[in-house]
Amino acid sequence: MYNLSVPISDEDILQLKVGDSVSLSGVIITGRDTVHKWMFDTFIKKTRQPEADDLEIYQAIKPLLNAGALYHCGPVVAGLETGDYRFVAAGPTTSIREEPYQSDIMHHFNLKAVIGKGGMGPETLAACHQVPGAYLHAIGGAASLIAQTVQRVIDVHKLEFGVPEAMWVIEVKDLPLVVTMDAHNNSIHAEVKTRSMVELEKLFAL
Amino acid sequence: MCDLTHNFIELIRLTSTDLPPDVEQALTEARDRESPGSAAKSAMDTILQNVAMARKNSTPICQDTGTPIFYVQHPEGWSTQALREQIWTAVAEATTRTYLRPNAVNAISGVNSGNNLGDDAFPTIHFEEVKGDELIVDLMLKGGGCENVGVQYSLPERRLGAGRDMEGVRKVVLDAVHQAQGMGCAPGVLGVAIGGDRGSSYYGSKEALFRKMDEPNPDPQLATLEERLTEEANQLGIGPMGFGGETTLLGVKIKGMHRLPASFFVSVSYMCWAHRRRRMIVRGSEILYL
Ligand code: SF4
Repeated sequence: MYNLSVPISDEDILQLKVGDSVSLSGVIITGRDTVHKWMFDTFIKKTRQPEADDLEIYQAIKPLLNAGALYHCGPVVAGLETGDYRFVAAGPTTSIREEPYQSDIMHHFNLKAVIGKGGMGPETLAACHQVPGAYLHAIGGAASLIAQTVQRVIDVHKLEFGVPEAMWVIEVKDLPLVVTMDAHNNSIHAEVKTRSMVELEKLFAL
Repeated sequence: MCDLTHNFIELIRLTSTDLPPDVEQALTEARDRESPGSAAKSAMDTILQNVAMARKNSTPICQDTGTPIFYVQHPEGWSTQALREQIWTAVAEATTRTYLRPNAVNAISGVNSGNNLGDDAFPTIHFEEVKGDELIVDLMLKGGGCENVGVQYSLPERRLGAGRDMEGVRKVVLDAVHQAQGMGCAPGVLGVAIGGDRGSSYYGSKEALFRKMDEPNPDPQLATLEERLTEEANQLGIGPMGFGGETTLLGVKIKGMHRLPASFFVSVSYMCWAHRRRRMIVRGSEILYL
């Protein structure tokens, strides 16, 4: 079991191997489909002009993502009326939908850890090697348990994207994760997919 | 007719925060099958701890509370319009109480309605008039991650060499499990419909998921197929969360339907381990939650 804290150093990342358990603490940001597209279109590909508070938010999240962690999560949040936010349920969402954006976002922000579920593809794996970074798998559906690791909600950006799609800045303590893609080009997801294909072919041949 | 709004809120709370006993039992058995010290075992431990914690704190088991799908069986004389309005009110209130996450997103404008009320299909409510004097309401919360790995095949399916017979059905179902890997939050339960048209077939595959884990298919041929598919899917070794392991599926539930001579659809709905389904029965002044 490795204890990681944000900011995450290169040495931290390089020692991680697929299958390792990790306990993560520190300030992280949630972001899913809308956020990835917004980051990519506005600041990386620049196919869209920054509008309203875009630049301000960019300045606010940049230092947090630098050597930081992005969590693919659309939480259930209490206290929406008062602004006294509290995470009620906060498991990971399926990461593969962000595959078209993830590698560029990791490079752009010097992002060290991507947290989600289900794993990601070859481009993200390559980015894990180059940045270097790692993909940390949270237990899908373990939402109440993960919400307990959220110590406080520090800020929220782009709430107009909707509660699940907003960028929540949170402080976590001992968030339980498993390394499933490391900086050494290993992916449990690719391995299991290949191995299960062999089994599938055997079953088809019966 | 009495106002059932607060009972619907309780049904939603129970469904979102307390996993049915048969599902929890299947998860416990699955945990015991994984080898000590494996990532699969620790995933199952976390899952079971989470289930207990959600129940104790009355918080959602999973943050994706999905599409609320209601099946209402009502005796003659009940107003479906009144029931629909009560369900809508309950859904919005349950969202305020954080039993549900605001999930209804207008696909054209991208705007989240904020209260889980979208259109006639969100929440989904099916009504059926039945004999007798009990009102039976089944609720299922079907999350997006597992919904996305659902798939419909049209047999014959060339790529897999799957013809229009039970062997062809077996092949496409195993293919669906392989495609899904851990992305539907394995270990899950498959609802499979054989036959129907594209719409009714998917609908049937969801209906099949209401059958309890320990309740075998009444049709002996389908019961055998369900067992075989569960066993073979587990041989794939995808395991909890796709980490590799013994249990890839907790079970398979099949519904046989009729089809047109020209069509042969097999629809697979993947339900994640967070198989949230509950039933409420209104019998006179008595109200039961199962
Ligand atoms: S697939 Fe199920 S358990 Fe996983 S995140 Fe979605 S609703 Fe939750």
